[in-house]
Amino acid sequence: MFKKISKSSLFFFGGTLLLFLVVQVLINNGTLNVFWLTLLRIGAVMAIVSLGLNLIYGFNGQFSLGQWGFYAIGAYAAADITWYWHNQKSAIALVVVLLATLLVGAAILILRRLFARVRGLDAMSAFALYLLVVVALVYLAVVISQPVAPVVSSLLLALPPAVSMQVVFVLAVLLAGLVAAEISFIFGLPVLTLGSDYFGIATLGFTIIVKVLLDNSDTMFGFAEMKGARGMIGIPKLTTWFWVFFFLILVVIITRNLLHSSYGRAIVSVREDEIAAKAMGIDIAHYKTLTFVLGSYFAGLAGALYAHINGFLHPNEFNFIKSFDPMIIVVFGGLGSVTGTIGASFAWALILEGFLRLWLPQGFETWRFVVYPLLLLLVMLLKPKGLFGDFEMPFLRQILPSLAPTAVARHEEVERATLTSSSGTVSYPGDRAENLPAQETNE
Amino acid sequence: MTSITAQPSQSSLVNTVIQKRLIGKAFFIAIGLFAAYRIGIALQANPTLFLQQVINGLQLGFVYALIALGYTMVYGIVRLINFAHGDVFMVGAFISFFAITRLELHLWLGKIAPNLPQGLIIGVGSITVVMLSMIVCAWLAFVIERIAYKPLRNAPRIAALITAIGVSFFLEYFGALQFVFSPNFITYKRPFGVVTWSLGADRLNALQPGIAPPAGSVIFSNIAVIIIVASLFLLLALNFIVQKTRIGKAMRAAAYDKPTARLMGINVNGIISITFAIGASLAGAGGMLYAIAYPSIVFWMGLIPGLKAFVAAVLGGIGSIPGALVGSLIMGQAEVLSAGYISTPMRDAIAFTILIIVLLVKPTGLFGEPSREKA
Repeated sequence: MFKKISKSSLFFFGGTLLLFLVVQVLINNGTLNVFWLTLLRIGAVMAIVSLGLNLIYGFNGQFSLGQWGFYAIGAYAAADITWYWHNQKSAIALVVVLLATLLVGAAILILRRLFARVRGLDAMSAFALYLLVVVALVYLAVVISQPVAPVVSSLLLALPPAVSMQVVFVLAVLLAGLVAAEISFIFGLPVLTLGSDYFGIATLGFTIIVKVLLDNSDTMFGFAEMKGARGMIGIPKLTTWFWVFFFLILVVIITRNLLHSSYGRAIVSVREDEIAAKAMGIDIAHYKTLTFVLGSYFAGLAGALYAHINGFLHPNEFNFIKSFDPMIIVVFGGLGSVTGTIGASFAWALILEGFLRLWLPQGFETWRFVVYPLLLLLVMLLKPKGLFGDFEMPFLRQILPSLAPTAVARHEEVERATLTSSSGTVSYPGDRAENLPAQETNE
Repeated sequence: MTSITAQPSQSSLVNTVIQKRLIGKAFFIAIGLFAAYRIGIALQANPTLFLQQVINGLQLGFVYALIALGYTMVYGIVRLINFAHGDVFMVGAFISFFAITRLELHLWLGKIAPNLPQGLIIGVGSITVVMLSMIVCAWLAFVIERIAYKPLRNAPRIAALITAIGVSFFLEYFGALQFVFSPNFITYKRPFGVVTWSLGADRLNALQPGIAPPAGSVIFSNIAVIIIVASLFLLLALNFIVQKTRIGKAMRAAAYDKPTARLMGINVNGIISITFAIGASLAGAGGMLYAIAYPSIVFWMGLIPGLKAFVAAVLGGIGSIPGALVGSLIMGQAEVLSAGYISTPMRDAIAFTILIIVLLVKPTGLFGEPSREKA
């Protein structure tokens, strides 16, 4: 028996398909040149990062500035995988990362269950134990992959070159997210116990540490192909409009379904009031970790896509000043509004890189970053709650029943609300603006 | 501890290890011991070099302290991470540069009374230049506070943070315009000459150019002395203002509880502006001292020292003035020692690792008080 597809999701999927086709046609007949196409792709990538941050900060209330660090990790991890395949026809990086992420992922899942049985294990001890296990497993993965890699390489070589490249690329993107997610799990374990501002500062420190490590990736860590502070070149340019759009829609749907489930309600309840959520029996640490890891997964994914846009990566693209970009986008779009985040990401990319470059008169090109902060100030002073505020497109609106006595009545209420999107709908950013931990007023 | 669920009983040894959090502690103690071991080896191998590094670290640490105080005071009173503070520091450096090169303000006494001794002329002139950059920075911070932060006093806290980032961008890139500070590196002109001394085992010698210092002696210049003395003076002055004057009392009251402070007749908005101004004036002085020590200035020079000073403020416990000083000194030492003994390119990573470890061990910083629940 098929469930009736609601009007809003029909509208959403139809709309996205139409949007994709329109842009694709514009690309194919050459109306949209490389400049604007690149901006669209960067906008979509920023939307994915910012959706991850919106999950962490907007919905779970954890003030994180580490998003850019995970983005950098994802970018370099994916770039390394495709670099080896593209330039040396060797799957060594792919196999190492695949084995390491799988082993570490399995270890995390097993150790989590194991540690849950140990009463009173503190976060710091768990962190130390995880770190030991992870280092051992990564070493093991490197050792195992030496004989395995040639086999995988020959298997991939049997495929047509274009196909094998795409296979490696998609695997690289997914694995890059996984690398970022696993690192965020280990790092988040002790750090998520910190309070809001201190968590932000610790994650900012993480971003800076990642940047410094990337600066020294060739001299101190032996990744010769990353070339440290000289910048990594020779990455295949594989990120097409199709792939960014596909991953963006995937991330939107994952976010939407997560937020509309009981998990999502638990995540939002942690933001609203940790003590009350705890009293309701919600495992706060679990949900904080879950959101942080998922948000970092999105960041890693976006980083991987970004790496294959220009085919060039430099550690300076990942310095801490840039780590405010997703934060600016999330706040601009309206905290806790998925639609707002997507809109603000595209607006940010198109305005900052596109229109400001084109519209500023001759001789005023350097004023781009003078106008940008002025715009920033203006928007913040006029609309402190973001451009979109609490607007949400119908597909993403969470339908909560008003007080309904029975399950049948509640079901009817939901149906009605879905069809009319009238008073029964409650959009999540609406009524919680006062209670956000980071939104506490100064007085 | 009685367990209700049927969990496997843990043996007493495992229980003790877990209850006392020994694994995590052992982990951090191992890291600490490793650092201590490295420093100990360095000290034994070449005590003079080590002392030399410590002096360099002190010089850097005191400059950080001047910046960190602005962060910590502002955070203490409005709970805002004022990211524009590092750029105010940059403006301070440039103001002093223009005062020295364009106005020759460091020689004004000599123009009025040419017969006075040269040292007095330069001393008075340098103090005038510092005063000028302090006043300009204080005024700048006052204006920034009025335009950018005050309208958002009752808005969500994140809005003010984004505004602070915007102001930081604006100061940087407006400064980068050709007719403002120019986008290039500029060589800073010191208002006084550099004199270097070597402190040997027996006595203090002025170092002559072209002659190697005696073996086993620590070299330091008048720059280090001036930075340390000036910073200490400013810190003591700040301490006097905060602890002994009516404004300081009002600042402490506003930081403690704003609504009640307002009920007691304190002009909280005015006090917040004054706090911004005082913090910025210290940053302005810090900018000049930093430029004297590292004489190359550029529009983004405030970024990294600002960030380091902010980290120092957090390390010492944000909101605490002695904490900012201690945190800055630790930060200066950590940076210089890790650059000297562990790895130069990794020094930022090491500094931030120290920050994260301190936050994990003592989440409010070394001198921070546990955060109060506010009504």
